[in-house]
Amino acid sequence: MHIKEELAERHTLSVLVDNEPGILARIAGMFTARGYNIESLTVTDVSEDQSVSRITIVTSASSHVMEQIIAQLDRLVPVHRVTDLTAFGPHVERELALVKVAGRGDDRIEALRLADVYRARVVDATTASFIFELTGSTDKIDSFVALMREVGLVEVARTGVVAIARGAEAA
Amino acid sequence: MQAEKSGADILIEALCDIGVDTIFGYPGGAVLPIYDALFNQSRIRHILVRQEGGAVHAAEGYARSTGKPGVVLVTSGPGATNAITGITDALMDSIPIVVITGQVATHLIGTDAFQEADTVGLTRHCTKHNYLVKDPAKLGGVIHEAFHIATSGRPGPVVIDIPKDVQVATAPYKKPGPIEHRAYRPQVRPETALIEAAVEMLAAAERPILYTGGGIINAGPGASQMLRELARLSCAPVTSTLMGLGAFPASSPQWLGMLGMHGTYEANMAMNKADLMVCLGARFDDRVTGRLDAFSPQSRKVHIDIDRSSINKNIRVDLPIVADVGRAIEDMVKLWKARQHPKSDLAEWWRRIEGWRARDSLAFPGGGKEIMPQAAVKALFAATRGRDPIVTTEVGQHQMWAAQHFGFEGPNKWLTSGGLGTMGYGLPAAIGAQIGNPRALVIDIAGEASIQMNIQEMATATQYRLPVKVFILNNQYMGMVRQWQELSYAGRYAESYSDSLPDFVALAEAYGWTGIRIEDPGDLEDGIARMLAAEGPVMVDCVVAKLANCFPMIPSGAAHTEMLLHDAEVSGEMDDEAKALV
Repeated sequence: MHIKEELAERHTLSVLVDNEPGILARIAGMFTARGYNIESLTVTDVSEDQSVSRITIVTSASSHVMEQIIAQLDRLVPVHRVTDLTAFGPHVERELALVKVAGRGDDRIEALRLADVYRARVVDATTASFIFELTGSTDKIDSFVALMREVGLVEVARTGVVAIARGAEAA
Repeated sequence: MQAEKSGADILIEALCDIGVDTIFGYPGGAVLPIYDALFNQSRIRHILVRQEGGAVHAAEGYARSTGKPGVVLVTSGPGATNAITGITDALMDSIPIVVITGQVATHLIGTDAFQEADTVGLTRHCTKHNYLVKDPAKLGGVIHEAFHIATSGRPGPVVIDIPKDVQVATAPYKKPGPIEHRAYRPQVRPETALIEAAVEMLAAAERPILYTGGGIINAGPGASQMLRELARLSCAPVTSTLMGLGAFPASSPQWLGMLGMHGTYEANMAMNKADLMVCLGARFDDRVTGRLDAFSPQSRKVHIDIDRSSINKNIRVDLPIVADVGRAIEDMVKLWKARQHPKSDLAEWWRRIEGWRARDSLAFPGGGKEIMPQAAVKALFAATRGRDPIVTTEVGQHQMWAAQHFGFEGPNKWLTSGGLGTMGYGLPAAIGAQIGNPRALVIDIAGEASIQMNIQEMATATQYRLPVKVFILNNQYMGMVRQWQELSYAGRYAESYSDSLPDFVALAEAYGWTGIRIEDPGDLEDGIARMLAAEGPVMVDCVVAKLANCFPMIPSGAAHTEMLLHDAEVSGEMDDEAKALV
């Protein structure tokens, strides 16, 4: 017997929640408990009085499961609102990465040149290494990191996706 | 300046303000301040159980039979972990309970202190919501909010974890006004346009069926009344899940019996052939649907549920309505009457249903010298139907036989563990129901295996002089496990024999109960009569046919049209796909 898998598509969800202890565990745990997938998750308080946080979750699931994920998030008591930005339409998604590269000679020059092309900033340097700071879409960061592998990548730290709807209104 | 109270006193005060008069609990180190506060008052009655799991099931039985939230008080660590099965049970069956757990003092949290467990972590996904209260000033508000959440929307269990120092520290307390939660606002009222669409679909249907669930019971007795009215107006047949039994009277000619895995032939066939299904407060559980792609294939589907996540979870529906099911049915009835829809002509549909009904799918073979378990349930029903009993069950074959052969006329009379299927539920649930309904006849229809899972609660019934009746269908097997082993594993009965059973009559007497054994079919009526005549708690050991199977049955993963009836040749071996299904 084999276990069947369904076709999944990637969605970015924006979730406004009460900023209370355990909220992250509640959300992350719901995903695990129900077998949903998390590709990235970010959370920070976004209100003036520190009472509301925005959680941005990138997940992939079939459309049927996606509907369930949203409904399951929505029924958690501290959740104010769930927006499926992918379904909503125009929105901006960004990630920030810190990329450490070590090398000398041509590799070092090539790393700097590529960083310039990708508009990455140098935020730390030694005679043998750089740390680049880069923001952009997940794709852009993926491809930058792939290029850096060839010229001496040491390690990477990424924030995961944050996203917000385009236009004048809140989504 | 308002006088300050200890956290323990705030808890008592808030519970009294909410109207709580009964708590099921068990003391321990981390709740001593609360027990001391209970000792000094007389407004709340504490029922001492014998294990914390019993307290939660008792609270569930109390809640299900009275419509009021059940309240539990247990200590930290093992007190809380013992409560978890019951909490999960209440989550699955949407039972409103509030569980108060003691916790080690705030400065000890995270140090692996004596009897410390991460209760909020452990119960996060088996509660509707939970709290750890670290500030006594917030305690009162949290308690009121917890009851609001437990009882509104789709009901469920809420845990409040209170560290011992918070129980001792003082703060002011004032009864808050109505709860306006910042984020939690269940949608209660149905949208008018959707109700109109539902009524039009029902009025136009040629082969409608009403599929009802536990949501109707949770929506209160008014919802059951409205369901009867809707059925009367539409002439549609009514079937129900296990949890919904009693919402519609079993004596009505429109009643098809329970549907699903052990439902009647007529209920499942009608579901399969219907052109419109109206699902009212049920959730398309796998025990109901069987194979999903073969479930009610010809019907358009209306689904009314207060929980949006229940909609389109297992089955895609054509018209979803998020609302309190009682309100929604009431609106449908009003609209139907306002529009003066004529009575539908469903004669052809009913003719087919009567054909299925004629199969008499609940028939069972005679037992000769042995008591057939189905016959025992029927005899129990016949002897008690005039007394409108509250019936609880454990989990297994006896539970399904009770659901099939015991007829319920009203809501809040049938208490069973449906979603989680918790063996050991029935006795403590009966205790809770008896506490909430002191004059009612409360019967736990049990199996000899399940009853042993919470048998310690016999002492609770003795202590509070609760006249609960435990009726054990003793077939010396974990019957449902044995039945599946017969059907799927060629009769290899791995570990399903109930070995070393106690003498239940002697056990009953040891606890101060009356014990009765029934072994002969000729003694069945008399034995039941003796049980009913006895004043206090009674345990009946009804020795029944060992190898009786529960039919009809839709095997796991099969379609509704593939029911096994009693005359079926069923023993055999299943393939791996079927074995993987529960």
